[in-house]
Amino acid sequence: MATYSTNEFKSGLKVMLDGDPASIVENEFVKPGKGQAFSRVKIRNLKTGRVIERTFKSGDTIEAADVVDVEMQYLYNDGEFWHFMQPESFEQVQTDKSTVGDSAQWLKEQDVCLVTLWNGSPISIDPPHTVVLQVVETDPGVRGDTSGGGGKPAKLETGAVVRVPLFVQQGDRVKVNTRTGEYISRA
Amino acid sequence: MTLATNCDWRPTASLDTLTRRAQIIARVREFFARRGVLEVETPILSAAGTTDPNLHSFAAQSLAPGANRGLRYLQTSPEFAMKRLLAAGSGSIYQICKVFRGDESGRLHNPEFTMLEWYRVGFSYHQLMDEVVLLATDVLAGFQSPQTAEKVTYRDAFLAHTSLDPHAATAADFMAHAQSRELDVSGLGSGDRDAWRDLLLTHIVEPHLGRGRFTCLYDYPASQAALARVRAGDPPLAERFEVYFEGIELANGFQELADANEQRERFERDRRERAKRGLPDVPHDEHLLAALAHGLPVCSGVALGLDRLLMLASAATSIAEVVAFPWERS
Repeated sequence: MATYSTNEFKSGLKVMLDGDPASIVENEFVKPGKGQAFSRVKIRNLKTGRVIERTFKSGDTIEAADVVDVEMQYLYNDGEFWHFMQPESFEQVQTDKSTVGDSAQWLKEQDVCLVTLWNGSPISIDPPHTVVLQVVETDPGVRGDTSGGGGKPAKLETGAVVRVPLFVQQGDRVKVNTRTGEYISRA
Repeated sequence: MTLATNCDWRPTASLDTLTRRAQIIARVREFFARRGVLEVETPILSAAGTTDPNLHSFAAQSLAPGANRGLRYLQTSPEFAMKRLLAAGSGSIYQICKVFRGDESGRLHNPEFTMLEWYRVGFSYHQLMDEVVLLATDVLAGFQSPQTAEKVTYRDAFLAHTSLDPHAATAADFMAHAQSRELDVSGLGSGDRDAWRDLLLTHIVEPHLGRGRFTCLYDYPASQAALARVRAGDPPLAERFEVYFEGIELANGFQELADANEQRERFERDRRERAKRGLPDVPHDEHLLAALAHGLPVCSGVALGLDRLLMLASAATSIAEVVAFPWERS
């Protein structure tokens, strides 16, 4: 099993922490001129997304995590599992609600997502930063209002609900920022 | 061939900062010239290494064909050679030089850094503490820097910020305190009392030191004496000090140990500890022991990180901002 010593710690390094795959966010070298050195790290649990702080005695080793980020195309949802495919190899993986989480509301068939694989299995799904989705439900806006002031809720084809300007109508396609859940423009 | 999109050839310090560096070094030399302290140079490559198990020397050897392939060690500080000069009757001396410490890399550390080290014959470590503050305020005049200083014992600083007496507390006490402060620590056991002290010092106490003024922390646990004299008592205390500004360690000084036998015992204890930790053995400096046996005048010495002093003058947050080429670009 591959291991890393504290002197190899750097941000982005994938390691095992308390049985879960984790990614080092920040590593600070701490040492009194005379005395014990430490690595003080901020580290993200890749399953829960939670960031914790931990201090390692210098020279300690920690197990490496076999974690890779792969671009995959979202295929379909069969009611229980979401299916993704690597476009070059046609290799497919499936994942359930607990891994997809809130990303589900942005997943449109054939969009390319960033899938994080741990030992070959998906542990997190990042949808594209922006997606273009059709409005399937929204109140008819006030005619002639193009200012965009105020706004109204609109339900999109993937199930997400975003705030859109009053002029956006059912059937329109809109561009949305998936990180903030904000409407960007009509597409 | 890749096109020149790579900017790593460039210095990380601005030209302004490099000018300030030159200015501060010139002021240091003036400071000592006014006081009649002699500037000296000693070898950077030595046949003896640093035995301190927490310091990792670089080793070098000649690549010349047929050359003696014996290792030489890059100094982690010029301390041993400077004490040999003191024993030879040099009087008070100072040196500005590069020192090298393997594996020390980070926001406040570069494996190769610039040390200002000086020794004052006849000074007590308290007098030297005062001179460190005087030098720092003198060379930083006109730059943003503290104008005042406080002196606090190691014990009082721990009492103030951890409620623990660092000389009485056990590893279990330190561990319990770390837990109560929600410090999540890996790799320290109940046999690591000094490492626990260092953990609480660096993580909890240090951030409070040197706020708006210099803090001189002094009288360390005897187990952390390094090369300082230990004063008998209950508990015995190492006559050692550190100077801090804004939570950052700036200098480390000693009432210098002059007893050759005690020094030999410390070297041997260090080497046993290195063996226990599986660290490579390094030869200790027999020249230093011979010099101490000849007689070291009563003196105090201090090592000050010039890069960190420059960080203070530049309001820099990392050492890379004040050196031309940090480790990653050297």
